Amino acid sequence: MALVEEQEIASKPIGIERVPTVWWVLGILLLTMPAWANDFFLFQVMGWTFILGMIALSLMFLAGYGGMVSLIQMSVAAMGGYMVAIFGNSGMAEISMGLPWWLCLPIAIVVAAIFGTIVGALAVRTEGIYTIMITLAIAAAFFYFTRQNYTIFNGYSGFNLVVPPMLFGVDWRQPMPFYYLTLGCAVICYWAVVYVSRAPFGLALQGVRDNPRRMAALGFNVTAHRVAAYTFASVIAAIGGILLVWQNAQIAPGTAGIPAVIDILVIAVVGGISRPIGPFIGALIYVLLRTFSPDVLLAFGMSGERFKLLIGLGFLAVVFFSPDGVLGLWDRWRARQARRRDPLIGDEE
Amino acid sequence: MTLVEDTRAAERLGSVSSGNALEMRGVTKMFGALAAIADVTLTVRSGERRAVLGSNGAGKTTLFNCVTGDFLPTSGTIRLFGEDVTRFPAYERIRRGLRRTYQISLLFNGLTVADNVYLACRGVSRGRFSFLRPRENDALLTRADELIEAVHLTEWRDTAVANLSYGQQRQLEIALALAGAPRVILFDEPAAGLSPTERSELVAILNGLPGHIGYIIIEHDMDVALRVAESVTMMHNGRIFKEGTPEEIENDQEVQELYLGDGHD
Repeated sequence: MALVEEQEIASKPIGIERVPTVWWVLGILLLTMPAWANDFFLFQVMGWTFILGMIALSLMFLAGYGGMVSLIQMSVAAMGGYMVAIFGNSGMAEISMGLPWWLCLPIAIVVAAIFGTIVGALAVRTEGIYTIMITLAIAAAFFYFTRQNYTIFNGYSGFNLVVPPMLFGVDWRQPMPFYYLTLGCAVICYWAVVYVSRAPFGLALQGVRDNPRRMAALGFNVTAHRVAAYTFASVIAAIGGILLVWQNAQIAPGTAGIPAVIDILVIAVVGGISRPIGPFIGALIYVLLRTFSPDVLLAFGMSGERFKLLIGLGFLAVVFFSPDGVLGLWDRWRARQARRRDPLIGDEE
Repeated sequence: MTLVEDTRAAERLGSVSSGNALEMRGVTKMFGALAAIADVTLTVRSGERRAVLGSNGAGKTTLFNCVTGDFLPTSGTIRLFGEDVTRFPAYERIRRGLRRTYQISLLFNGLTVADNVYLACRGVSRGRFSFLRPRENDALLTRADELIEAVHLTEWRDTAVANLSYGQQRQLEIALALAGAPRVILFDEPAAGLSPTERSELVAILNGLPGHIGYIIIEHDMDVALRVAESVTMMHNGRIFKEGTPEEIENDQEVQELYLGDGHD
């Protein structure tokens, strides 16, 4: 499984002048977006894309670098969201403890990380389809537990009025501030994954993916390494989960229901799990389909509720034509372009 | 840590522990009703170089797997440098100075040569879980480059392992086994599939290892085995059949009938 080969070779220490043009364009596009996009697009489309992208990124880290397909990431994210509601403020004053944001945010992330680590400790003893099964089972258990438990998780109705704190006099739930908040978090998480993938921890994780037996024969504790990967991924998922609660201003069991759990897998696979940018591409496609497919369907005289049909067809098409997601399509297109160029005068990048 | 410091550290460690690198007593490994190795008792002194010979299915690789901890033995004890490691996981044994190479190259195909060797160096040092990237002048990176040079792969430093030739992959296997401060190395058929030139290069590498590093080598090529070993253990049907110097084994009538001649099926 040589998924990350290309990135490895490309990600030698690089100076600013070697940043590819496409990154500059993307950066400027994202930074200036509030100037030309409307509030709905900023808040609903882009905000949601970054959030789902982060949660799917945590899956990409486990699956792409660790070879572990975990379906628990959405539950871990929801755990982070629930903890913010429980330790911070919400409409459910009987349960919420009202701690200040600087206390309840770290608590939420730590609790979610512990939850993800425990699930990881159970899951890493299994391989392949069994990892998927065990994490799916725990995700289902988490969903039913939150729906039936009223003392902590407030059961079916969950928590409403969970909003970000007013910091520096800014209402972070307004479209533009929220856009920059999610963009900032997404960029940090993306950068963290890219950085760690080349640090000893990430390199060793890829070694564990390619060849666990050999890693043990090099002195690595393979099990501990896999569990630690779950912890790292859980932190990213938890950040996404907290932002998700703030965006919706509420959290309920359905946030991490089985359909939502599957959606994260679909996003990661559609985008591509070979590189950290994949989940964000997948999330954008998912959010665009989810947001605009009812209009498209109505235009063709079909029921707008059938948007899942379009998502499903899109998923099938991507998996059929490119098992490594949109990233795979992109890579193949680039390879074809490179071949077309004259080998003597064409530039190499 | 430089190569010299590594060597010194290993020598110090070697001198404080008992004179035996490896002691196996009555080690048996059953696969169902089949005894892959039965009642193997074997002692290898620190710094000793031993060849293990035997036909296919004699239990040589199973013996290695029991020593490294890939399998737990069904019964018997294994001591490394005087310490009972019978129930230790593989990585704990490796951290005590044991190394091995594999019959079929087990490398990280998606990573470069440099990354492979760097991982091997990292595995036996602190900071396995480090989230910080190594700096340009990181001691382990330097050490990895030294090892790459030692096995003549400097030119392919940044090549993905999947693109190396078979012989180069075997050389890389050896570089991984030399990372850190090895005290006893298990070589599982390092010459298999190598060309005659590559074979003599391998013999040179093995004979050039510092004196405190002992090894056990499984080798079908008698020519290689007898040139790099000072003692020989013959295995047959999971049991130790004969031990002696290369000359004794070569001239032994029973051994010749069983193994060296064409007598065996």
